[in-house]
Amino acid sequence: MAEDLLKLGLHGLHVARGGKLVPFAGYLMPVQYAPGVMKEHLHTRSAAGLFDVSHMGQVILRPRADYGATALALEAMMPVDVLGVKPGRQRYGLFTNETGGILDDLMFANRGDHLFVVVNAACKAQDTAYMQAHLADTTEVLPVTDRALLALQGPLAESALARMVPGIAVMRFMDSSVFPWQGMELWISRSGYTGEDGFEISVPDTLAEAFATALLDQPEVMPIGLGARDSLRLEAGLCLYGHDIDITTSPVEAGLTWAIQKARRAGGNRAGGFPGDDRILLELADGPDRVRVGLRPEGRAPMREGTPLFAPDAMPLGEVTSGGFGPSLNAPIAMGYVAAAFANPGTALMGEVRGKTLPVIVAELPFHPTTYKR
Amino acid sequence: MKYTEDHEWLRVEGDLIVVGITEHAATQLGDVVFVELPEVETMVAAGDEVVVIESVKAASDILAPVDGEIVAVNDVLSDTPALVNEDPTGAAWFFKIKVDDLSIIDQFMDEDEYMDLIG
Repeated sequence: MAEDLLKLGLHGLHVARGGKLVPFAGYLMPVQYAPGVMKEHLHTRSAAGLFDVSHMGQVILRPRADYGATALALEAMMPVDVLGVKPGRQRYGLFTNETGGILDDLMFANRGDHLFVVVNAACKAQDTAYMQAHLADTTEVLPVTDRALLALQGPLAESALARMVPGIAVMRFMDSSVFPWQGMELWISRSGYTGEDGFEISVPDTLAEAFATALLDQPEVMPIGLGARDSLRLEAGLCLYGHDIDITTSPVEAGLTWAIQKARRAGGNRAGGFPGDDRILLELADGPDRVRVGLRPEGRAPMREGTPLFAPDAMPLGEVTSGGFGPSLNAPIAMGYVAAAFANPGTALMGEVRGKTLPVIVAELPFHPTTYKR
Repeated sequence: MKYTEDHEWLRVEGDLIVVGITEHAATQLGDVVFVELPEVETMVAAGDEVVVIESVKAASDILAPVDGEIVAVNDVLSDTPALVNEDPTGAAWFFKIKVDDLSIIDQFMDEDEYMDLIG
């Protein structure tokens, strides 16, 4: 099995730092280091954590002629205002399918004369082919295969990174810029997937080890594995593709309506015109039948993915799509889908864990307040 | 102390066998956040799932190593599951089991054999 798995460019560094490696999305990835998930999670919330997310797909969309034509072609693939993203800014996007489900979620940045896109690891081959099929007339779709992707997250991320890359401190949440480092380019955005302030840094493979080592030499910074990445994003109420969102969930059901800007909604300048627009615009108008909610189990038993959820009268309502333990809350937390009538925070539901029916309360998302530097 | 292939330790205390998990197992599990203990006075058979341990990452079962009756459980673990990581072979015992014949413990590995198992 291990032979079939791809190794990250920084594999040697993860091994040297004591990373426990597991298969994830076709890669051998560090799930945790010696301190363990709990300490890594709390360190990221109090200082700064370095995550290797090089398994994710980095893609350049280079317009053949006109940036606007590329932006509009990308708008035909998702219910998002691409054209309105200004140079040096990044935005969250979603590829939808004809039935209004989600093919993948992604980040894209306007880098002046082209776009830079980051997609999920498990979807990157499919996404790249899909973009090539839909954008070919206007755009060269160029997978970036010679760069690592790192995320530095936490309240001290700025001070640690600024020591190495002067100039990043002026960036605001979702800014995207290029900075020189040792004669090459770092592509940096002020973003991440932990709920904390932080940065995502695309670095050439040839410099990745030197750059990661220099970051880890900063007193605030600790390497963080996939385990804490998952508990951090869950506390932040963020969706994990393939779990909380997939081809069956619409962006409206998933509570991602903030990602659908006015221009693409009914009455907007470029309303509709994306896959699944019938269903998505209807759900925006009338509300969806089911909704993604936050869940706080009342006891200490975590409710994991797949836990069935019921109304107090035992009527089935849906199931947990992500669940575990929130180290910052010192309590179990989960997200899942329930019928819309049961989605208000405070609603008492039941979840079935190992044959026992246990109480769980619908909760506001995020569980842990976000600290983005807006 | 004796050891099972499932990374439990067993020690004799009076006419009972006390069961917990090894330091190796606790390290592999990661931070334990929840422990579900059996009811006392439960009759169990070797191989029955008697304890559920949840770490930050996942749920695992602890199996009864021998046939017998659960006569005591360590309720402290319900409120302080992290004790499993802090003191797995001491304060964080899981249950005490009454067996017909204490010599059954001889069939399990000694410390040297267990150390060979985990390499």
